[in-house]
Amino acid sequence: MINRLLSRSLRGQLAVTGGAILLALVVGAIVMVLTSPIITGSLDPWLWSEAYLALLQGATGIAIAFDPFSIDFTGFNGVIDTLVRATPYILGGLAVGLGFKAGLFNIGAQGQFLMGALGAVVAAIALADAPTVIAVPLALVAGLLAGAAYGFVPGWLKAFTGAHEVVVTIMLNYVALQIISWAVSGPLRAAGATFARTSDVGAATLPILAGSSGHLLHSGVIIAFAAVPVVWWVLYRSTVGFEIHTVGANPDAARYAGMRPRRLIVLTMSASGLLAGLAGGIEILGVQHYLPAAYATTVGFDAITVALLGRANPWGILFGGLLLGALRAGAPLMQIKAGVPVQMIDILQGVILFFLAADLIVRWVFRIREAKAGSVDELKTVTGSYGGSSATKG
Amino acid sequence: MTAPTPDKSAARIAAPALEMRGITKRYPGVVANDSIDLEVRPGEIHALLGENGAGKSTLMNVLYGLARPDEGQILLDGEVIDIEGPTDAIDRGISMVHQHFMLVPVLTVADNVLLGKEAMRGRLFLDQGEARRRIKELGERFGFELDPDAKVGDLSVGWQQRVEILKALYRDARILVLDEPTAVLTPQETVEIFTVLRRLAAEGHSIIFISHKLYEVLEIADHITVIRRGKVVGSRIPGETNEEDLAELMVGHEVQLTVDRGESHPAETMLRVQDLRVRSDRGGDIVNGVSFDVRAGEILGVAGVAGNGQDELVEAIMGLRQPSGGSITLDGSDVTHDRPRDLHEKQVAFVPADRHRFGLVLSFPLTDNVVLTDYYMEPYSRGVVRDEDAIAKRADEAIELYDVRTPSPTVTAGTLSGGNQQKLIVAREFDRDLKLLVLDQPTRGLDVGSIEFIHKQIIKKRDAGPAVLLVSAELDEVLEISDRIAVMYRGKVVAIVDGRTANKEAVGLLMATGGKGGSSASPPETAS
Repeated sequence: MINRLLSRSLRGQLAVTGGAILLALVVGAIVMVLTSPIITGSLDPWLWSEAYLALLQGATGIAIAFDPFSIDFTGFNGVIDTLVRATPYILGGLAVGLGFKAGLFNIGAQGQFLMGALGAVVAAIALADAPTVIAVPLALVAGLLAGAAYGFVPGWLKAFTGAHEVVVTIMLNYVALQIISWAVSGPLRAAGATFARTSDVGAATLPILAGSSGHLLHSGVIIAFAAVPVVWWVLYRSTVGFEIHTVGANPDAARYAGMRPRRLIVLTMSASGLLAGLAGGIEILGVQHYLPAAYATTVGFDAITVALLGRANPWGILFGGLLLGALRAGAPLMQIKAGVPVQMIDILQGVILFFLAADLIVRWVFRIREAKAGSVDELKTVTGSYGGSSATKG
Repeated sequence: MTAPTPDKSAARIAAPALEMRGITKRYPGVVANDSIDLEVRPGEIHALLGENGAGKSTLMNVLYGLARPDEGQILLDGEVIDIEGPTDAIDRGISMVHQHFMLVPVLTVADNVLLGKEAMRGRLFLDQGEARRRIKELGERFGFELDPDAKVGDLSVGWQQRVEILKALYRDARILVLDEPTAVLTPQETVEIFTVLRRLAAEGHSIIFISHKLYEVLEIADHITVIRRGKVVGSRIPGETNEEDLAELMVGHEVQLTVDRGESHPAETMLRVQDLRVRSDRGGDIVNGVSFDVRAGEILGVAGVAGNGQDELVEAIMGLRQPSGGSITLDGSDVTHDRPRDLHEKQVAFVPADRHRFGLVLSFPLTDNVVLTDYYMEPYSRGVVRDEDAIAKRADEAIELYDVRTPSPTVTAGTLSGGNQQKLIVAREFDRDLKLLVLDQPTRGLDVGSIEFIHKQIIKKRDAGPAVLLVSAELDEVLEISDRIAVMYRGKVVAIVDGRTANKEAVGLLMATGGKGGSSASPPETAS
């Protein structure tokens, strides 16, 4: 339904997104050239091309060289890295994007991700002696349930007390960090480890589909890709999705139409937490294999960028997740070959977000026409999220 | 039809203060203004009359510098000027009071008036004293004294509008454009603002008054220019015309201003409201013990000045607000605490007063809006699976049956005109078997053509059987189509009279005073 109607403004949005990425690459190139004296000892106006080509090679295995011109495919390691990196971004992006559709800004994907990781690891340790076919699904379910429960809390508080989800979820992110720190330093601490961490997830380790040491494609990737059409279907083909859209677009009309905005807010936040928790579970069972007390990750925050890149549309989020995954996967090779630090990716991500939020600049640079008034805009949920909404009335 | 000849009566010999010559403005696919001529004299209240979408707003946007005309000239005191933007327009003494006020609610009256044109002492400090003096002085001169320190958010809509006018006067406006100034006002506030406007005109200000309300235009204007489909189709003097003539000019064909309500055949009692009490958002019972019956096949009109508890009464009946006491009975069964969906399933339909807030989701296509209350039922969905084809088919039917003018059922509801938006809601709510139909301000803000259409539909629906409850702040509307009229005053029904024999003055007096014969005609802003 909404797909059809947006056809024209959708094109504008795609153009803005593409323009934002392009501008971010330009800004990144300028930063690289300006800092090149530090990296190479002299001003190098072509450092950026070297860096971006290395980034491309690291992320896709496609090696392009000029002088003489050649294109080589160096193997699947890059592709595998990109897919594995993209997996939590896609699920996290879907989590944040789902919230946007209901007019909710779930900044708490980070906390829900962490709780999902904790839930999965607890189940994995409990199921250490179970066969993989049982341990894996149960550990994943434990992760997603933990995430859902952690999303339920701010949803319930929003619906029944009016507490703003942005404030509550930010605080719950810290609470999640502290819970993990306590649990892993205390009851879950693996005996004999040199630092505070849990024991390995063992039987619950996600089966490997392909790849070689250091570049393993775990089966969680399939779950992330499968979640995209599922979430799309729920949002655009089911009555529940229609209710979520309606509550997001006009909570008063939703109430008038006999929907139950409060219940939908709780449901949406729980479902959002479920997806983020699933991402956390997959990351632990597929990549990390244990949970450290100080789990350093920003996946839940990066998910906000992904959701905005995808304009909260599941297919767009798939693209956004793959893009961010590719940037992260290609970064190490960029650092090795061009000497540009991997933190460059944080700059790129930040600048992309900046241009998405300040889309007027992008529209002005690329002469893209303003979207029609009345179209749904996820960014309004972000920029307007401090004004509160009337969704909780009645 | 008389040709639009310029009038040469004695009152209009002064040179025009403002002249717009041959203004043409094209947008892709439409000519919004097609070589429009407009002359406004000093001290004249000039009404610009036309249906929604006729091109009034475009013309005023051209005047205010918000749109550049493709052709034509604007002359101020006989001199051709080029208006580059609103700031330019304001500098030349042209000011606009928008329908939706451009005020900062948390700031004081003085701050709002000053905003953008601060009186300064030196380069750094605001001269608050000077500003206050001027605000007081202007208020006294034009007969509305505003407290410069009052917070704008605390003022009633009528007074907020006066702040807007004050803002314009503070900027030395000589030409004041008011875009549908009465759309948001109560009848009493309308009378008051008219007094202010007349005073402004007497002081030599020119006023362009945009409206589609015929009786208002006839009352306030010195001169009326009628616009239809981007063209000037007529020019009239109030004394030499009447509502029927203006309506015909505006719409392009003869319009029945009053529909024939016909005989009603009331049957059994369908809705019974007993001793109902409802709290307002600010606390306190704003509906204070209301009782009435509506029988199947009759229209009960509820008349009352806005803010006397009608909105809360309707919200309580429709399950959008919990009553604090009393009972509501539908067809013999208690529905006091029913939710909106329960009522929908018990064949109750509701056309809300605020179609943007409640009636529609403006960012959704017409298809989704047509099934907004039915989306979860067969055939529009099976289980939780939507059936897009069934929804599209239903939308096509509704659009056809209720004459909703739209390029396609997939455009968003926000792109439709007000009249077509309301037709869409009417299509959704009317087109099924009903026991009770609740209408809250069903024609608010609509043009005469749409009002006629909707009134006819209401009568037609009444004759099909359901009880109809019609709440309206437009007394004329209530008088025209109701079979019985309940008058609400300060949260109570003070009288129920026969709709066919009711006398407008008597009902108006009941609305204003509650029937206690008091001389106070001030509207109860908050009936607490």
